[in-house]
Parts: sequence; C-alpha cells; structure tokens
Amino acid sequence: MTATTPRKERDAAAATDMRRFDLQRLRALIYKESLQALRDPSTLLIAFVLPVVLLLLFAYAVSLDARNVRIGVVQESQGASAQALAAAFSATDYLDASFAHDRREVADKLVSGALRGYVVIPQDFEQRLALRGSEPLVQIVTDGSYPNTANYVENYAKGVVLSWRAGLDVGAPPQAVVLEPRYWFNAELESRRALVPGAIAIVMTIIGTMLTALVVAREWERGTMEAVLSTPASVAEILIGKLLPYFVLGMVSTLVSALLAIFVFDVPLRGSLAALLLLSAVFMVPALGQGLLISSLARNQFLAAQIALFSGFLPAFMLSGFLFEIDAMPTPIRTITLLVPARYFVDSLKTVFLAGDIWAVFMPNLLAMAVIGMVFFMLAKRATRKNLEG
Amino acid sequence: MPASAAVAATPQSTNADAAAVVIEDLDKRFGSVQALRGLSARIHYGRLTGLVGPDGAGKTTLMRILTGLLVPNAGRVTLAGYDVVQDNDAIHVASGYMPQRFGLYEDLSVMENMRLYAQLRGMDANRNTDLFDELLDFTRLGPFTKRLAGKLSGGMKQKLGLACALMARPKVLLLDEPGVGVDPVSRQDLWRMVQALTDEGMAVVWSTAYLDEAERCESVLLLNEGQLLFDGPPQKLTAQLEGRSFRMEDVGAERRAILTEALDLDSVSDGVIQGAGVRVVLREGAQTEQIQALADRAQVRLAPVPARFEDAFIDLLGGGPSGTSRLAERLPPVELGSDIAVSCRNLTKRFGDFTATDNVTFEVQKGEIFGLLGPNGAGKSTTFKMLCGLLKPTAGEAQVVGHDLRRATGAAKSRLGYMAQKFSLYGLLSVRQNLEFSAGVYQLEGQTRRERIEEMIDTFDLGGWLSAAPDSLPLGHKQRLALACALMHHPPVLFLDEPTSGVDPITRREFWTHINGLARKGVTIMVTTHFMDEAEYCDRVAMLSRARLIALDTPDTLKRAAASAERPDPTMEDAFIHLVESADQDDEANA
Repeated sequence: MTATTPRKERDAAAATDMRRFDLQRLRALIYKESLQALRDPSTLLIAFVLPVVLLLLFAYAVSLDARNVRIGVVQESQGASAQALAAAFSATDYLDASFAHDRREVADKLVSGALRGYVVIPQDFEQRLALRGSEPLVQIVTDGSYPNTANYVENYAKGVVLSWRAGLDVGAPPQAVVLEPRYWFNAELESRRALVPGAIAIVMTIIGTMLTALVVAREWERGTMEAVLSTPASVAEILIGKLLPYFVLGMVSTLVSALLAIFVFDVPLRGSLAALLLLSAVFMVPALGQGLLISSLARNQFLAAQIALFSGFLPAFMLSGFLFEIDAMPTPIRTITLLVPARYFVDSLKTVFLAGDIWAVFMPNLLAMAVIGMVFFMLAKRATRKNLEG
Repeated sequence: MPASAAVAATPQSTNADAAAVVIEDLDKRFGSVQALRGLSARIHYGRLTGLVGPDGAGKTTLMRILTGLLVPNAGRVTLAGYDVVQDNDAIHVASGYMPQRFGLYEDLSVMENMRLYAQLRGMDANRNTDLFDELLDFTRLGPFTKRLAGKLSGGMKQKLGLACALMARPKVLLLDEPGVGVDPVSRQDLWRMVQALTDEGMAVVWSTAYLDEAERCESVLLLNEGQLLFDGPPQKLTAQLEGRSFRMEDVGAERRAILTEALDLDSVSDGVIQGAGVRVVLREGAQTEQIQALADRAQVRLAPVPARFEDAFIDLLGGGPSGTSRLAERLPPVELGSDIAVSCRNLTKRFGDFTATDNVTFEVQKGEIFGLLGPNGAGKSTTFKMLCGLLKPTAGEAQVVGHDLRRATGAAKSRLGYMAQKFSLYGLLSVRQNLEFSAGVYQLEGQTRRERIEEMIDTFDLGGWLSAAPDSLPLGHKQRLALACALMHHPPVLFLDEPTSGVDPITRREFWTHINGLARKGVTIMVTTHFMDEAEYCDRVAMLSRARLIALDTPDTLKRAAASAERPDPTMEDAFIHLVESADQDDEANA
C-alpha cells in the first residue's frame, strides 16, 4: 500500500530529512551498533575466525588431491613390455598404483570409491606393440563423479604411457613426445596463490552482505526497529549507523586475511597495501548495498540469510572467477558474471597480489564495483521508508 | 524543532484547552481487512486515556498511526497540532512511544539503552545526569543500570521502555499494552508513574485488553472491530449497568454447576466465578425472578453488587457465551486410582548458582483447578515445567497420576495434556493436520483416532475451518484448536501455561466455560495466569515469590488475609500485592 502523497510534498519531506541529519544521533547509533557487534560472539566469529578457516581451506584442502591419487593397473598381459609399462605407473609420485590381473577386482574398488580410476593393459598389448605404427591400446577408466580428478587421472595416465613409449622407441612420431604433463606439477602452488586472494572476496561478501542483511533483519524481527523509528532519528541516520561499523569490520577482516595470506600462506603481495585497501573499500560499497537491499525486502533473519546466500555468497563463490575460470563459462553465464561485483574484486585481488599495481586493470574494476554499489543503494533507499507500511 | 513544524502549527495548538490528539474519520485497511473505520475522537492533555478493546479491535493500528508509523487510508489525525502524515518528523519529537513488544536492545545494558534514546531524542546524555537520576529513581531501576536489558524481568523491561519513551519529555505518551505479561506489583508501579506524568500535564494513552485497567483510566475509547463503541469516562458506561450486577454468596463446592445454570438462563447476560461466589450480570430490562429462584434452590444469598467496567464491556459486545461446555458433556468422567493427581515434595531447580524454584511442596486433588501465581521471575514457569516433565528437577520429587517424573517421564507425559502460552500450533499445517498430528503423538490409532478427531471437530465447532491455516483463524477458534490438541488423548491432568495471555474477555469466558466443565468431570487443571480475575476460578492458589512458596489457600482466604481497615473487601490483585510485599519485608527483616 502506498500513500498517494503529491510529488512536491515528497520532495520537501526528503529535503527536511537531509537537513535533519544529525551527527550526535548518528554517533549514538554507531556506538550502539558497535557494542552489539562486539557483544555478539557470532559477529566476531564471522569476522575473524571464518577468514582463517576459509584461507586454510583454500590454501591446503582444495589442492590436496594433486598427489598420490589411487589408481589400479590391470595387467591382463604378462609380456615384458606390459611389465615395463606397469613399472612406469608405480614409478610416479602423482599416482598411487595398485596392481591386479583381472579388471573385476578393480571395478568394484572404483565403484566403492577406493580407487579414482584404473588402467587396463590388455591381453593383445604385446601384439599391437609389435605392429609398427599402431598405438599400443591401453584402456583408461576414470570416476566421472569426480570430474576434476577424472581429468587428472586421464591426463596423467596418458602422460605415463606416452613417456614410456617415447623411451621405448626413438623413431616414434614427434607429437607423442610433445605431450608434456608438467603443467600439473606446479598446480598446487599456483592454485593456492590464486585461491587465497580470491578467498578474501568471499570473506568480504559474507561480512558485507550476509552480516548486514542479518543485523537489519534482526532489528525488524525483535521489534527494536519500531521503537527506533518512533524517535526523531531519520532513515539515513539509522542506515548509516548500521553500515559504518560493518564497513570497519570488513576492512579489519581484509587486513587480517591479507596478513595471513602473506605471512602464513606465502602468497606474495606484489602490489601495494594502499591499493589493496582501496580495492577492498570500494568493494564494500556493493557488498553493503546488497545487504541493505536484502534487509529492506526480508524482515526476518532466516529469509535474509537465505537471500544473502543465493544472491551474494554463491555468485561470489562460483561466478566470480574465484573457483571457476570465467573464460571457460558458456556465454550466457559469462554475461551474468558481469553483474556480480565479486568478479571485479577477485580479478583485482589476483592482480594486486600476484602481478602488482596495474591501474589499467584496477580502474575499470573500481568503476564497475562503484556503479553496481550505487544501484544497490538507490534500490535500497527506495525500498526503505520510515514507517511500518508494506 | 524543525522548520516545517512552524508552518504546520494550526491555531489549535495555541489554544489553551486544545486536544492533544484529534482523530477525524479515520480509515485504515490492510489488504481486504478493514482495521479501522470512520473513527473520530479527541484525546486531552493532563489525562490518562485508555484505549480498550478485544484482540484485533485495531488498538495497535491506531497507536501506530498516532506515532506516524502507519499512514491512514482516509481521514486526518493531528498530534500536538501536527498532522501525522505531513509533519511526520515533528510527530516523532512531540510523542513518546512504547511498542507492544519490548523494543529495546536486549544486548545493551539499562544505562546504554537510556543513553541511546536520550541521544536519539537530541539530549546531551552527559549534561542531563539529573534527568537520568530522576528517571532511574522514578522507575526504581537505579540498582540495575549495568544489567543487560534482556536479563530484566517483564515488569522491569516495561519500566525501562517507559523511561526511554520519556526522554526529552514528549507531550503525548503512547503506551501499547504496557500491562501484558506484567505482574500486579510491577503494574502498580507503572500506574503510579503514569499518574505522576498526567499530573504534570502530559497526555497519556494506555492501550489494554485488561478491563480492570480500563476502569482506572480517566477516559476510555472502546474499540471493537475497528469501530468506536464508546468514548468517555468509564464510570459513565458502568453507570448504565447499575442494578444489573449480583453476586450469589458462598456457593461453595457447587459454584461451577450454579454458574453453568445461571449462564443458561435467558435473563443472564454474563457470569463469572469469584472465589466461592458466583457473579452474574442481568440482561437489559430483565427481572431478578429467574436468578432469585436459582439462588433459593441453591440456598444461597443473592446480593446486589456495584457494576464493573467489565460488565458494561461484555454487555456492549452482546453478552458472554452460554454456560454449557459441549466438550465436557462428551468427555467420560475421569477415574483415578488415588485422590492425588499431582504432587511435589521439596522440589528445587537451580540454574548455576541461581535458584529458580526453592523447596516447593504441595499436593493437588483430583478434579481441582489449581492456580500457580507470582510476580515475573518468581519461578512459576520453572515449577510448572518440572511438573509436566519439560525440565528435570535438581532435587526433590514430583508425581503426576502416580508416575514419578524423574524416572517415568514418558508414562507421566502420556497422562497429561499441555497447552502453552503461544498455543504451539503448527502454522504450516492445516487445522485438520494439526489435530491429526496431535492424535499421532499421543499414539492414537485406527478407529479411536478417527473418532477422537471427529469428536474434537464437532465439539469445538471446527468443521468450517479444517483446511485453514491456524494463524488465519479468529483468536477464539485458535484457542479452541489448541485446547482440542491438548485434550486429544483424554488426559486426566491438564496443564495450562498462561492460556489466556493477550486474549479478549469474551474468548476468555468461553475458555473458562470449558475448563469448568472439565473440572466437573474430574479432570485436574493446573494453570498459571497473570489475570487476577482468573485466579478467582481456582479452587486453590499457590503463590510463589522469589522461588519460594509463600502462600497456598483458597482465593477467598487469601483475600480475607489482605483485608484492612481502609480496604475491607480486597480484590485478588490486592491480595497478591499484599502477599508479595509482606514476603519481601520478611526477607529484608531476616537479612
């Protein structure tokens, strides 16, 4: 229900709102919010413990799979070449091979998850090898329910076979030797370097969007908003009083995360700290704006958390280029990522950590974040009124 | 004051005897629901105005419009001369508002809340220490300034809310149901504070569903379904009922049967139990013959008594419900092996080093209505929860129908029905699904299950609402449904935890008709309540204060003990205050 107030009067009301902006009231509200944030253990947990957990997770757990992947090697052929190939599988650090003579033995282990894949050296392996020009036929079976690992097993097994064959006969076609699997070798280190800066974006999204949406919704839910709205405090004062403490909290949390990244996880900071803080501060604009918008739509904490999860956290996780390469996404999804503020932040973070202060990259990103943030704030301002209607 | 205020000031605000609030043809709709219709009234300075009406009458909506938190659909409202829509900012300066729900920050201390509201209202908290002292003194919150607001008792929370609403001295103070969930002692404090404020010239609006509160207001606005039924001093309304209120004295054990008969008479519009007596109100123009005949048959004295505001209120709304409970008619009489339905001995519950229930001992007879009363935080709920197996006692014993609650909790629970304060219905299930669920939890199966559900639907007249969501039911029906769910397994003992909190008088009467009927069938009723007139329905009342049992007797005996020279006929509320205060004095003397 909308009160049909003439436009002129509405503008006049907005003007008084601005004139009535009072620093003392704002200070009181900020003080109150800070006390509440400091007394609520969950706030501190989200701001300081969560970053540590996330950084640890992305620094170690995510890339752990790259070593000692368990596979089976089925030796259906007992020839000397087959033996040599099997020995080549056990020689590499990246695969943990167990041997069998019948594929039925390993098939069950693959189903149960004990193995991530298996390689079959078939009965006619020796005959095929003897025929010059024909590839030795080796079957590679992988666990498609873990696509990344499957990919990895496939490439590795291929690599092992190819290098074995390259060593076997010098006259083989050159392309067989070209397939060089070493790009995986550094994967662990590289993924950590890319993931840790990206994790900062996730932390900031949680603090900016989720926490803000929650704390405003909490005021509606507990009935405290009704009491505050009945005082002379204006909407602008109430909202700024709400946002400023969380802006500071977000910045402190970024700083903590950056220090952890640099000193604990050995991620280099090739750009400047000032640039990092500037980028973070500008990213807080869309993050807080989104939180505010959510809280003006959802007036209970459960709903606010759900919306924040789906519109803030998950896109920041999946559509920001943090975990999945944006370039590898289909065009429609790639277009959607343009609307995700975290995308610009993740890109900037990777640059500032791994490359340096490249303003040609930062400027368009800063601009995009600021614009998206402004849109959120404008929408939130329209959706919030100083009464209980709607 | 903002510049816009000066422009808006109407000639009224300069007039000496101007009204504090002027309401003209006010309409407010929420979707298809008409919350307020064609309301016109005036509220004056220096006067306590009661905003009275049953639940859903539109009291909170009107309050929110007065504070500028809701916008009317039609009509005009001015407060202290400012239009609530056009001069919205000025309204927030001129008015102090205390919402129905505690609106302060529970994770801030008393002092932090007060400072916040002082600053929001444009006061310099550091310079106004004398005002703070005055308010703390006024509210008697001085010793608790460092305590978190969430840790205060219900009455103290309301006093803190009042202190915060009073910052910067508003001209109009709006209090939305400040008396709900507050014990009589704290309520008396609130009245004293409000009285002092009106003496200083402030206009105070106190909304309430308690009719004894309405009686104490200088003027009332009586609302029902969004319409104004009465505007004026409560005595004027009560005077219309003069000569229609009677009491049958000392009816004793037969009082419930007598009340049922009386309510079924054509000439009787309303009736309640008062201790051992039965109080009735006759219909307009009705003669006393029928009721006199009933009194003669019961061999009791029929005495005229002064009319109360509640009599007038019920009469205005068309009288109370009839006296016969269809529920009780259907229910088989309860057979128990022993005469003791519920008992506890040396019952104690400690939370850390805080003792919530301290060494409480009593026995409840089969078919008795047993009331558990006490100020907020006295340990009522804790004791109650231990007796129905929801909390484990730290020490002592409790038994329900012979089952020990410590060892055979499950067996004891299957023999009791429980109805919680907030009705505990599943909002996402339909009425029928709620009934089926409760039949399911009490392990009713097959034929019995179908019969019981049909019986409850028929008895409580829920047939037309089966696929509706509980929240969309009128309050009375919602309460019937909650009672139906609690009685599904025909329990010999029924626990009611503040069953009528926030419920209007008509719905409460219907509820008590059922409870009286159940008691006559031998069902034992355990009840906690803040309504002192409901305590009158009890056979015996246990009074708790500071975790200890301070009195246990019939309502009449408790009232007589509180009688004094200046108060020869004390009410149950007087008795309550008297008991709690003398227990506190004993404590201080011993300390």
